[in-house]
Amino acid sequence: MGYPSDRKYTKQHEWIQASGTTASVGITDHAQESLGDIVFVELPKIGADLAAGKTFGTVESVKAVSDLYAPASGTVTETNGELATSPEKVNKDPHGSWMMKITLKNPAELDALLSSADYEKFVAEEGGH
Amino acid sequence: MSSIETTPVPAVRKTALNAVHRQMGAKMVDFNGWDMPVEYPSSIGAGIVNEHLAVRTGVGIFDVSHMGDIRLVGPQALAAVQHISMNDASRLAIGQAQYSALLYPQGTFVDDVIVHRLGEDEYLLVINAGTREKDFNWVRDNTRQFDCSVENLSDDFTQIAIQGPKGVNVLQKLTDADLNAVKFYWVTRGSVCGLKNILIARTGYTAEDGFEIYVPADEATSARVWNEILSAGKEFGIVPCGLGSRNTLRLEGKLPLYGHEISDTINVWEAGLDRFCKMEKHNFVGRAALEKTKAEGVTRTLVGLEMAERGIARDGYKVLNGDGREIGYVTSGSPAPFLKKNIALAYVPPEFAGMGTALKVEIRGQGVGAQVVPTPFYKRPKKT
Repeated sequence: MGYPSDRKYTKQHEWIQASGTTASVGITDHAQESLGDIVFVELPKIGADLAAGKTFGTVESVKAVSDLYAPASGTVTETNGELATSPEKVNKDPHGSWMMKITLKNPAELDALLSSADYEKFVAEEGGH
Repeated sequence: MSSIETTPVPAVRKTALNAVHRQMGAKMVDFNGWDMPVEYPSSIGAGIVNEHLAVRTGVGIFDVSHMGDIRLVGPQALAAVQHISMNDASRLAIGQAQYSALLYPQGTFVDDVIVHRLGEDEYLLVINAGTREKDFNWVRDNTRQFDCSVENLSDDFTQIAIQGPKGVNVLQKLTDADLNAVKFYWVTRGSVCGLKNILIARTGYTAEDGFEIYVPADEATSARVWNEILSAGKEFGIVPCGLGSRNTLRLEGKLPLYGHEISDTINVWEAGLDRFCKMEKHNFVGRAALEKTKAEGVTRTLVGLEMAERGIARDGYKVLNGDGREIGYVTSGSPAPFLKKNIALAYVPPEFAGMGTALKVEIRGQGVGAQVVPTPFYKRPKKT
């Protein structure tokens, strides 16, 4: 699976797709692959204020618990309720399964994140799959 | 205790099938110093959930060569086994096996074992990977007074587990032994994949029917047998399985894991393994202490928990009472792929062990509702 170039990536394996000051956030194909069968996604409350780099939720596979880190600062406007009942969607379509939408506090923060090409390189160097 | 003859432990150990696992794309992890597959890729129909379901409904194959094997042979082999294990090995017919444990004098666990009686005066103890050296040294040191030899055969075998209701169909294609004549927890010998006189045990760690075979540990033979089993199992939907599903399978069946439900600080009564501990047999290591602790009663007991609220209990999480006070801890916790529930085993004081007791598990600082439920969580259907 390739990494879409319409969004930015973090070294903690989240993606963020922005349009103006609103953005969707999810985890990458590499992240879902490393985790294995995802069985639980815990997301923040609507209205929660997130700081870039801080945890905003948890994703669990059968075997592992993994924190989710906010790629950028902002306020949560929506969470993907479908993932509460069908967390396996993240395995099947990681780049289509957004977890939350936020209103960006400072869209310029995204400039510091990785492009799809850089992320792909980062994953390869990390010894990923 | 003597510390001589202790073999140094290499940094990372590999089974003879290591290259095969890597070739198949398995995700590898360090398990007690062993480089082992945790799961195989979803692209070949595997992954923990699929592997787990394959064993419950069809068949799966595991490399369990990291398990250790100790053989005791000689005129006093039975007396030696009786002395070092808590179950009653005198009840074993030749070809029969039993679940048992090796205990410290204080009644806590050196390890749990499967004792196989292979001959008139020949016993095979199958022990855990993480405790191989400790167990062998302990067995050797505690059987010196008996007229029998103690051999560490751990590196001699590639041990492959073929588990699940269809396991018998798969293995029968590859052996001349009549597997239908082998009952659960019995062993036989036969040719397997053209190899003569292979030990075939109807045992496992999945709470399912299945077999464990012991083949020569050279890489070529091991790989050939592994691949022949996969080919023979194709028509039954066989799936290669790693330690991830091995753990969820054994947890559903409440089979103890060393370092979790049993350890050198947990005794037999706490672990609820009373029925495998034969106090009526003559003296064995740990018996005196167990007699005393039995009279005193336990302060904690192993219970099954099912999450009543959304959340997954994990190993080491705190267990709280209804008021949020810490009363115990989770020994093993996971989603249960077949039961589709979030389950856990936990040590709690006996007053909180009643069926239906509402407890909480602390997950990321929050008390999440759970309930004491009967165990095992999963029991395989009886054959009709």
